Amino acid sequence: MAYKHFEAIEKHAALLGVLTAVMVSIGGLAEITPLFMEAHAVKAPAHVKPYDPLRLAGRDIYVREGCYLCHSQMIRALRAETERYGHYSVAEESVYDRPFQWGSKRTGPDLARVGGKYSDQWHEVHLMNPRQVVPQSNMPGYPWLAKAKLDASDIQARMRGLRKLGDPYTDADIDSAPAALEGKTEMDALVAYLQGLGIKNEPQVAAGGKPASDGGEP
Amino acid sequence: MPNTEYYDDKVVRLFLLGAAIWGIIGMSVGVYAAAELMWPAFNFDIPWLTFSRIRPDHTFGVIFAFGGSALMGTCYYVVQRTGHTRLALPRLAEMTFWGWQLICVLAMVTMPLGITQSKEYAEPEWFVDILIAVVWVSFGVVFFATLARRRIRHIYVANWYYGAFIIAVGLLHIVNNIALPISLTKSYPVYSGVVDAMVQWWYGHNAVAFFLTAGFLGMMYYFVPRQAQQPLWSYRFSIVNFWALISVYMWAGSHHLMYTALPDWVQSVGMAFSLILLMPSWGSAANGLLTFNGSWHKLKTDPAAKFMVLSLVFYAAATFEGSMMAIKTVNSLSHYTDWTIAHVHSGSIGWVAMITIGSLYAMAPRALGQPAMYSRKAMELHFWLHITGLLLYVGSMWTAGVTEGVMWRATNADGSLTYSFLDSLIAIKPMYLIRWLGGLFVLSGMVVMAWNLWYTAADARARIIKPIPVPIPEPEPHQVPAPLPAAG
Repeated sequence: MAYKHFEAIEKHAALLGVLTAVMVSIGGLAEITPLFMEAHAVKAPAHVKPYDPLRLAGRDIYVREGCYLCHSQMIRALRAETERYGHYSVAEESVYDRPFQWGSKRTGPDLARVGGKYSDQWHEVHLMNPRQVVPQSNMPGYPWLAKAKLDASDIQARMRGLRKLGDPYTDADIDSAPAALEGKTEMDALVAYLQGLGIKNEPQVAAGGKPASDGGEP
Repeated sequence: MPNTEYYDDKVVRLFLLGAAIWGIIGMSVGVYAAAELMWPAFNFDIPWLTFSRIRPDHTFGVIFAFGGSALMGTCYYVVQRTGHTRLALPRLAEMTFWGWQLICVLAMVTMPLGITQSKEYAEPEWFVDILIAVVWVSFGVVFFATLARRRIRHIYVANWYYGAFIIAVGLLHIVNNIALPISLTKSYPVYSGVVDAMVQWWYGHNAVAFFLTAGFLGMMYYFVPRQAQQPLWSYRFSIVNFWALISVYMWAGSHHLMYTALPDWVQSVGMAFSLILLMPSWGSAANGLLTFNGSWHKLKTDPAAKFMVLSLVFYAAATFEGSMMAIKTVNSLSHYTDWTIAHVHSGSIGWVAMITIGSLYAMAPRALGQPAMYSRKAMELHFWLHITGLLLYVGSMWTAGVTEGVMWRATNADGSLTYSFLDSLIAIKPMYLIRWLGGLFVLSGMVVMAWNLWYTAADARARIIKPIPVPIPEPEPHQVPAPLPAAG
């Protein structure tokens, strides 16, 4: 093709801008649109309910503290991964995760199935000062969580917001939410969230209450 | 023909100042965060000083505050010079400066306080996101309005890249940040689970593509020929690379989600396009490097040229590495490890920071009314500090990444795992120390640059700087449409 075919683009800013916008849109449209359609097919497993108020508060603390920067919640379909962490993660497990917490880096181990692996007390000590239970850990301590009482004032607003986005909370769920947070600390909420990972959102065992695999040592 | 128009370099100088300051802030946070990975007690049990709270400050600080200021400043400089026109809407242009600084301050303050969306490189909450959208659209308006009043009909290729950077980043930012606000400090994204992951990494990868690549390629396409004092090696090649780069990049985001719960076909498409992406990436790098043909002797005397050449070498290296890491088999080893950290830093300290520093050293004297930078020796010192830091950083993180990857997958004869997770952390701890040292070198180089810029800006600080008149080109015969009148 001769230069004259391109000349118009190279001399008209508006044409250049429009063509640029078209070219950058194609890839995203091709990859994301089908997922939207498929997302309607990925339903929450029958036994899995959206986060209860305490675990929802805990999840928001997990987000606030930036835990996702060092811990993934996505066990890849690779043998060494399933050996270490348990059954690989499936799409149904994160339907209630807004935003998703798959992470991108493991400075610490994966947490997708950490629920039930340790006692509540272990988690509390570990979050206060990780080196008390794992001397060589480089995880920071989060002692302020134990002192902070949960702020129950906007938990209902959060649940209503999530319901607007499609999470099936009932009126009864929302009405009883403040009572569920009564007297709890941020530490309690975060531990409740961690203990539910890989159990409460787990398709096969949601009824049984056991993790899919013990997954070995962290 | 009498000159009635002057380049609007005030806003350029402001962004130059912003880039110098944010560079030091963003990298200081990075050095501190690196120290915390080595010595975790360094958070002193203070929430806002904890690694997980300040890492977004490091990434936002260097990408959007430092990189963003440098990009917007050079963009305003380049679009004026290549179009032989002053900026359109100078007041709006200055507003984009103050608006962007406000955004950076708000983001950098709120994120350590735990006000975050937890979407990587898009952590600031909804009220900051709205401000970003407003300032970004204003930036686009100034840029395209300036293009519209250019006196050179042909739009120089640097502007193509700046234009794509503005359009795509606006699109990515808005789509990725659609969320339902619950309160001033909390929102939930409309996407969840798998869809959120795909949207986020479509954004995350293309923030790399259009913020950290297309924008800086715009910088490269203007300042490299300028500094080499050679015409671009191949103008046609730059245009071919442009279309290939912008259309292919957008497909590659799913390579961040290999072997995850993302549908398999999306992973494979992402991998295929990531491999194709190597061609326009190396095309741009080659075009820049070959532009130095006939001027290679400048490497002996001109530190700015040294920064540019090395930045292009690292651009080629990092894009090759990126394509290789997108191969599923390689990714199964590299993902989640410090190899990723090595990769982004060879791209960011190697390519992005070095092309920025080279361009700032080329632009600053001209924008500040000086024949040259205040101290050439300081530029030399900066170069060697930067290279030393870069090599220490990426060398240590490559080693750490491969070590982790290999240890995590090692199995005994009976199929059980050889190492616990903790074993891998203990094995790489010395690498965290070297990485911290590398960061310290890079940061000290930035301090040297700030010192140098401060003295180069003596006239500007004393407000005795003379504005530079716009050279009005002779009208071409029979030009259609007729050239714009000289009076602005």
